[in-house]
Amino acid sequence: MVSGRTLRTLALALLGALTCALLWALWGFDAYYRHGPVNSAELAPKPSRAQVERGQYLARVGNCVFCHTAPAGEILAGGRPIQTPFGSVVTSNLTPDPEHGLGRWTPDDFWQALHLGLGQDGRRLSPAFPYTSYSRLTRADADALWAYLQSVPAVSRPNAAADMVWPFGTQTALGLWRAMYFRPYQNSNESSAPAGADAVAWTRGRYLVEGLGHCQECHSPRDALGGLRDTSRGAGGVLPGLPWYAPSLRDMAQAGTADAQAVQSFLQTGVGAGRFAAGPMAEVVLHGTQHLNDQDAQGMSVYLQSLVRNKAVPGDTQAIIAIEASSNANTRPTPKQMSSLTPAHLQGEEMYKQHCADCHGENGQGREGVYPALADNRALMMDKPNNAVLSVLHGGFAPSTQGNPKPFGMPPFMLELSNAQIAQVLSYSRSAWGNQAAPISELQVQAVRDPQQRR
Amino acid sequence: MALGCWLLGLFLQAQAAPFEDNMAQRTLACTGCHGPQGRSGPDGYYPRLAGKPAGYLYNQLVNLQQGRRNYPLMQSLLAPLDDAYLRTLAEYFAGLQIPYPPPAAQSADKTLLARGQELVSRGDPALQIPACVQCHGSALTGTQPSVPGLLGLPRDYLNAQLGGWQNGQRQAQAPDCMADIAKRLGDADVHALSTWLSSQTVPVVSGAAARKPPLAPGAKEIRCGSAPW
Repeated sequence: MVSGRTLRTLALALLGALTCALLWALWGFDAYYRHGPVNSAELAPKPSRAQVERGQYLARVGNCVFCHTAPAGEILAGGRPIQTPFGSVVTSNLTPDPEHGLGRWTPDDFWQALHLGLGQDGRRLSPAFPYTSYSRLTRADADALWAYLQSVPAVSRPNAAADMVWPFGTQTALGLWRAMYFRPYQNSNESSAPAGADAVAWTRGRYLVEGLGHCQECHSPRDALGGLRDTSRGAGGVLPGLPWYAPSLRDMAQAGTADAQAVQSFLQTGVGAGRFAAGPMAEVVLHGTQHLNDQDAQGMSVYLQSLVRNKAVPGDTQAIIAIEASSNANTRPTPKQMSSLTPAHLQGEEMYKQHCADCHGENGQGREGVYPALADNRALMMDKPNNAVLSVLHGGFAPSTQGNPKPFGMPPFMLELSNAQIAQVLSYSRSAWGNQAAPISELQVQAVRDPQQRR
Repeated sequence: MALGCWLLGLFLQAQAAPFEDNMAQRTLACTGCHGPQGRSGPDGYYPRLAGKPAGYLYNQLVNLQQGRRNYPLMQSLLAPLDDAYLRTLAEYFAGLQIPYPPPAAQSADKTLLARGQELVSRGDPALQIPACVQCHGSALTGTQPSVPGLLGLPRDYLNAQLGGWQNGQRQAQAPDCMADIAKRLGDADVHALSTWLSSQTVPVVSGAAARKPPLAPGAKEIRCGSAPW
C-alpha cells in the first residue's frame, strides 16, 4: 500500500522534474548552445570573388534560391509559401535590404541561423527552414553563402507572417520542439566511412546529403509533431498535402541504389539508368542538383549507396519470396496467373493498351532515355501508390537540364480517367510483365487525388 | 476467328504512331488535351496552340508556371522545365500551320452583334475601351511577337478569359493592360464581344501581322507588360 504522503512526494518530484525540463527547453537549451564555440572566422569586409562564386554554387545546390524566391518574384526576396501539417510559413527575404532583408545582419548572425536555427534577435526559427540539416554546414561554407547573399540586389519586400495553427508557431512550442528533436551538429562522435568506400568521397557525400542538400528533410518519416528521429532518417516520407512520397534511400525496392553512375546521372541530369525524376524531385534536380560538379555528385552517390540496408544478400526477404514463388510454380497459380483471370485485370490491360502502350511499350519496356520502363519499375510497385497515381493524374515532364535539355512528356489523365479506371490500369501494370505488387483500390486513388478529404 | 485477331492486330499496329525523336513526340503531353486545333474538355476549353505568336505562347507558359494564370494542372506540368525549353515549346507551336475549322453556327440578335463589332473595330471612348484591332491587328489575327489573334476561339472560352481578367484569375506581366480593359467591360459588353468574335471566320492567311496597325485618330497608345513594343 502506498501512503498518501508518498504519492504527494512523488507528484511533487514529477512536477519539479517537468518544470526543470520546461525551463531547460525554453531558456537553458538555446542559451547553452549559443554560448558554445562559434569558430568565428573574421570575414573580410569585401569578400573575394571566389567566395561569392563558391556561395552561389552552394546556394544553388542547397536549393536556397528556389525556396527563398516567390513565384514571379525577385531573386532571394522571399515570399514562397511552404505548407506544413501545422499551417503554412512564408520564406523570408534574404537580400541585403536593411529593413526587410539581412542588411543589418553580421556573418555571425547568419552562422547562428544556419547552425542553431535562431534569428538575429535570438528568436527560434521555424524548422520549415531546415536548420536541422544546415547545422552541419562548415563555417567556411556559411561565410561563402553569406558573401553571395550580400552580393544580390537588395529588395525592399516585407516578410509575410506565418499562418500556423495555434500553438505550433509560438516561440514556446518551437522551444519544446527544439529540445525534443534538435541538437546542433558536433562532428566529434560521428562514424567514419564504411570499409571499402572511398572515404573522401563518402565524407563529402555525407556533408551534402545530410547537410546542404537536406535530402532527409523530405526522404524521412516525420512523427505526429513533425519531428525527425535519427533512427528513421532516410526511410521515406510523404510530403504534406501534395502528397508525393519521397522514397526510402535505404531500401533497394525504393530509392536505394547500388549503381554509382546511375545516381550521379540522376542528380545531374534528372535521368539515370532508366529512372526519371518526377514531382518535387524533378524541381529539386532542375533548381538544385543539376548544378552539382562531378566530384560532389560522385560523393553524394557514394554516400547514398552506403545508406542502403538491403542490398542483395542471403536472407533477403524479397529474394526468398521470389524463390518460394518459383518453386511453387508447378503446383499453384502465381499471383499473376490468378489476377489475370479477373475481369478487372482484363479491363486494366485494355486500358493500358489504349492509353499507355504507345509510349511505355506493349510489354512495359519503355524507351531508353525517353520514356520510363514500367516492367520492374520501383516507383510503380512501391507499397505507397502515391507517386504512381500522381504520375497518371498529373502527367509530367522529366526536368530540363543541361544533360537532358528537351525532355519528353506524359499527358495528365486526371480529367480523362476515373479513380476506378486509374486503380484498374495501375493494378494491371503492377502485376504484368513480371511485376509483383498488390493491386490498388479506387479508394487509394481517391485519397491521393483529394488529400484534403482523406479521413 | 484467327483472321479476326490478325486484322485486329494490324488495326492496333496502325493506331500506334511510331516513335520519332522530334518535338511532336515531346509535346504529346500538351496535345493530348489541346488537340491540334484546341478542344473542349470536362473542365473547360483547352485553347488551340498551333500558329499563335511565339512571344504570346511563351508568356502564357511563364504565366502558368508562375501562377499569374491560375491552372494547377498546367503549373505542375511546367514546373520542372527551364526557360530555354519553354521558348523551344512556344516556337514549336508557333511554327505549326494547321487550318482553322469554320466557326460554330449560332443565332444571335443583330443588336448584340453590332455592339460587338463596334467594340472590336472602334472601342468605346466614353468607357475608355480601346478598339481590339488597335493591338490585335486589323484582321484580328494578332501581331508579332506577343499579341494573340482573337478569332477561331469558342464563345465560352472568350467569356472565361475576359471574366478571368476581371476577377484576377488571369494576369499578365505589369502593366497588365488587358486586366484594365476587361474591368471596364460590363457583362453585356463581354457577351457582345465574345459573340461577335466567335462568329467570325478565320482568314485564310491566319498568321499574326508583322506589326500593329497605325494608331487610329484620337486613339491613345497602350502600355502592356506582356507585349512591349
